[in-house]
Amino acid sequence: MTSKKYILGVFEDEDVLLDAIEKTRAAGTKIYDVFSPYPIHGIDDVLGIQRSRLPIVAFFCGLCGTSFALWMQIYMLGFDWPMIIGGKPHIALPSFIPVTFELTVLFAAFGMVITFFIISGLRPTLKVPVMDVRSTDDKYVMAIELKEGTDISKLNDLLRSNGAIEVNEKEVVK
Amino acid sequence: MQHVSPIREPLVTGGKTYADITEDVCRQVEAKPNVRWMMALGVSLVFLGVFLYSVYRTLWFGIGEWGLNKTVGWAWDITNFVWWVGIGHAGTLISAILLLFRQKWRTSINRAAEAMTIFAVICAAMFPVLHMGRPWLAYWVLPLPNTFGSLWVNFNSPLLWDVFAISTYFSVSLVFWYIGLIPDFATIRDRATGPIARRAYALLSMNWTGSAKHWSRYETVSLILAGLATPLVLSVHTIVSMDFATSVIPGWHTTIFPPYFVAGAIFSGFAMVLTLMIITRKVFKLEDYITLEHVESMNKVITLTGSIVGVAYITEFFIAWYSGVEYEQYAFINRATGPYWWAYWSMMTCNVITPQLFWFRSIRRSLTATFIISIFVNIGMWFERFVIIVTSLHRDFLPSSWVMFSPTSIDVGVYVGTIGLFFTLFLLFAKFFPVVNMAEVKSILKSSSGVSHTHNPGASLHGTAPNNSHKHD
Repeated sequence: MTSKKYILGVFEDEDVLLDAIEKTRAAGTKIYDVFSPYPIHGIDDVLGIQRSRLPIVAFFCGLCGTSFALWMQIYMLGFDWPMIIGGKPHIALPSFIPVTFELTVLFAAFGMVITFFIISGLRPTLKVPVMDVRSTDDKYVMAIELKEGTDISKLNDLLRSNGAIEVNEKEVVK
Repeated sequence: MQHVSPIREPLVTGGKTYADITEDVCRQVEAKPNVRWMMALGVSLVFLGVFLYSVYRTLWFGIGEWGLNKTVGWAWDITNFVWWVGIGHAGTLISAILLLFRQKWRTSINRAAEAMTIFAVICAAMFPVLHMGRPWLAYWVLPLPNTFGSLWVNFNSPLLWDVFAISTYFSVSLVFWYIGLIPDFATIRDRATGPIARRAYALLSMNWTGSAKHWSRYETVSLILAGLATPLVLSVHTIVSMDFATSVIPGWHTTIFPPYFVAGAIFSGFAMVLTLMIITRKVFKLEDYITLEHVESMNKVITLTGSIVGVAYITEFFIAWYSGVEYEQYAFINRATGPYWWAYWSMMTCNVITPQLFWFRSIRRSLTATFIISIFVNIGMWFERFVIIVTSLHRDFLPSSWVMFSPTSIDVGVYVGTIGLFFTLFLLFAKFFPVVNMAEVKSILKSSSGVSHTHNPGASLHGTAPNNSHKHD
């Protein structure tokens, strides 16, 4: 059982928040995370979030789907049990296109979404540790981790001078 | 921040704030079910009962309970299948294609439209599965190793392509819809007071906290899923049309089918979205989110796709004449003047003439007119599939086997029953799930609510953020 303390700055406007993130980072304070009710455009740049590599995952999962579908159809109809259907060759590639396309999409979509769930720790749980419940409604919450010897009043001043309407403290037990 | 032209109409009216959006959408999820909803659910359940009874008759006594005969081996079942799949297409079009085109008006209607997609595909799937006669053997359509001598499924058959297309379409749409629901489930979870609601929505919300890192990945995932769903939705109705187009039946064997079916699918789907949304916005008091601007935009899509369908009908006729094939020519003359002339002209009236009324702005923006026309389009598109299927089959190459098709009460029961199934699912969705995508509507609120946002206390705060918008473009 370890517990961590966070200082939460609550904001009411996305532009004020973006400005505050920049100023806080410029002051040398490390931001733990920012919580918002919807995706804020431009927040990735000011928080320094790297562009997600999930499209690469989707591409390779799609490639697996293509290969699997082609292998399956060529093996089944071409080698395992060849049959003449409508006078076509056993390996009639043009009529394999639809199934190949569908399985490519299926593998790419599911591969990417499952990866997204795993790397983001999204899984069904009965209790979700939310920093401030208003962050899924209409407020933006900036969380800063409190380390030993951090000056709380200085952080408080920094957040308030940058437009936070409230500054709270929260202890999270892990 | 993006620039929004002042001549554009706001997409959210009534000067709503972020908290208002949460409140307005969560209201019916949290409130006790109202009387009108209970009555609607009651009626839907009656029709669901009709469905169950008809399915029982079909399975117990066999396909002979339907009005099919040796000449017309496909009739209402495949008509209803294509009709339902087509309706489903509008949901994916709104959520995926309009996302790629950055059309902001999709945000308040995409949730309900995607739900419609999923429920419509469920209804569609009932028909081929029931037509198998022995649905418990439905897994035979899959390429599974088996004990019948490792005889595999036929990958050259469009009916097998359909199996892959429809099941991929259903599962990818379901995932896309669910990904969109996660942040909204988190909102409901954080407001929930009852112990069951809190736990149920916590499970559904998948540990979502709204972290900036998660939002960043979430947006990437949504964009890629939209990019995958766009060709997928086009492929699904293309493959459905190939069920007909790859055969050699006059009236079916045409290359125009894929684009013509896709346009028809979007046409009927938007009509169904309008039918549902006009009722939903009224019952759940969402007039500020689903505005006349939204209705007008959808009506423009209906006019476009309705005109494409009209051109396709005329092109088919022209090509039948120009081909010089007498069977092809007869199939089309028979459609328009034969014993099924009434079905053909119902289709022409509903699909080609009625949507042209939307060229008038006053009709485009009239809810009553839109509602009536949307019903007409739904009826017209049902007749389109009926005309294509039954008129092409009922007079085949051998005049001695020419017959008429007449549906039995079980045919009618299965069809009407799926409408009951659809509305039961939709009403349950509308009660327990957020019908408007709160997170997406919130993300467009600032740029297109028609009001400048000064809901933060003290104008001095604005002073601390000296127009930094250009930096975060």
